[in-house]
Amino acid sequence: MAVMARAESTELDAILARLGPLPAASNLKPPEVGLVMLRGRTGGDGAPFNLGEATVARAAVRLEGGAAGFAYRLGRDLKAARAAAILDALWQDEARRAAVEEALAAVRARLADEAATVRAETAATKVDFFTLVRGED
Amino acid sequence: MYVAAKGGEKAIRNAHALLAKRRRGKKNLPAISLAQIAQQLTLAVDRVMAEGSLYDVELAALAVKQARGDLIEAIFLIRAFRTTLPRFGYAQALDTSEMLVRRRVSATYKDLPGGQLLGPTFDYTHRLLDTSLGLADEADEVDDQAGEAKQADDAAAPVSMPRVTDLLGQEGLIEGAPTDDGSEPFDITRAPVSFPVDRSTRLQTLARGDEGYLLALGYSTQRGYGRSHPFVGEIRFGDVEVIFEAPELGFEVSLGTVQVTECQSVNQFKGSATTAPQFTRGYGLVFGQCERKALSMALVERALRWEELGEEPGAPAQDEEFVLSHCDNVQATGFVEHLKLPHYVDFQAELDLVRRMRAEHEESRRAADMKEAAE
Repeated sequence: MAVMARAESTELDAILARLGPLPAASNLKPPEVGLVMLRGRTGGDGAPFNLGEATVARAAVRLEGGAAGFAYRLGRDLKAARAAAILDALWQDEARRAAVEEALAAVRARLADEAATVRAETAATKVDFFTLVRGED
Repeated sequence: MYVAAKGGEKAIRNAHALLAKRRRGKKNLPAISLAQIAQQLTLAVDRVMAEGSLYDVELAALAVKQARGDLIEAIFLIRAFRTTLPRFGYAQALDTSEMLVRRRVSATYKDLPGGQLLGPTFDYTHRLLDTSLGLADEADEVDDQAGEAKQADDAAAPVSMPRVTDLLGQEGLIEGAPTDDGSEPFDITRAPVSFPVDRSTRLQTLARGDEGYLLALGYSTQRGYGRSHPFVGEIRFGDVEVIFEAPELGFEVSLGTVQVTECQSVNQFKGSATTAPQFTRGYGLVFGQCERKALSMALVERALRWEELGEEPGAPAQDEEFVLSHCDNVQATGFVEHLKLPHYVDFQAELDLVRRMRAEHEESRRAADMKEAAE
């Protein structure tokens, strides 16, 4: 679900298209945008406090003759939330799980790649300290 | 006599149409897109998210555009929008030690584990205007160089980056953070605040407080109004994961990541007959890359702890009710700017009053003159 929360809407659509034909999905409740209050910890590791809210899109579906699927994603993309919920439902199906995982692998690789780029770019700005030779020695 | 007046609908309608025209600017220029604002005016967007107290990059970019770059107006728009949405619940506290770090510096330790990572910073720039930025725009050229950044070869694997306060804490040199006793923190968006308040309420209030206001108050503590001798133990900025336990699922799910800036200030000592002297600390945590704000927040947060740490009160930044009641720029701008709205009746009353006072004054003066002449 962590990968599905980070996938682009277009990626989710492409995955669903690839996994098709799919059973019809009906909404358990209409997809909805709401807020989640994010929290921090005093001093980073202490007692919690309320930091501020974030928008979240959620969806819950049931596949015809199959499992229920849920999705919660930061942002307001209801279409992406519904697509993620369908994927979640497909993942519940043992017969389809491997195919879903395989389709998500590309997204997982993209995310890992982006994180690696951030780390490499940040590491290039790491300060190398050196000690100047002092004259009196 | 009280006369109710009505009118101005047409003028208001036309004013708003004119506002829309001015916002758009010259029609022969392309309109600025939300993606451009989000990508190229990132720090304005971050500030709107932080003080609007709502993490949503696209919405914040829209607010910046609609407000013609007036960030307080944009923050106001975001605050108004958030009231239209239902609350799904509370996320688990963000774990900043697990951050995908984009910048991390310490002013207290040169060689700390993980190192000093400057990241995308204005620090060490010469503050000279770069005219090439304007030229690139005019020629409508893509500035290739700006998109390129050096990458270190050996940095793909995550590096552990302990917080400086953890390093100091191992030796007992700094006070610990207040422990999590499992109780729910107060939420200022759900219940009215009455003073005095606890530390978590202060942090929530400061996290959405005005950057300029907190900067001025933080500055005042450095200049001697509530001195607390701060060091920047650490400032870090990057991506952290949001974990939420959805009520209908009954288990934790990851919602994605948000960017935050965290600042730990290390301040002068407290000790007593029973405890050895220790450094004290202030804390700042803000949405987006808002370093000035996170640092100012840590300074003010520390100053507000004077009573708990047995310090002398008296400085503006130590006055909890004053600091917290005035740090919200939406509240402040609402009350200050309402002065522009019609006050015709109030003013009429005052005009009437001052005329009467002047008449009485004139009368008493004349009476005094007459008396003098008679004598």
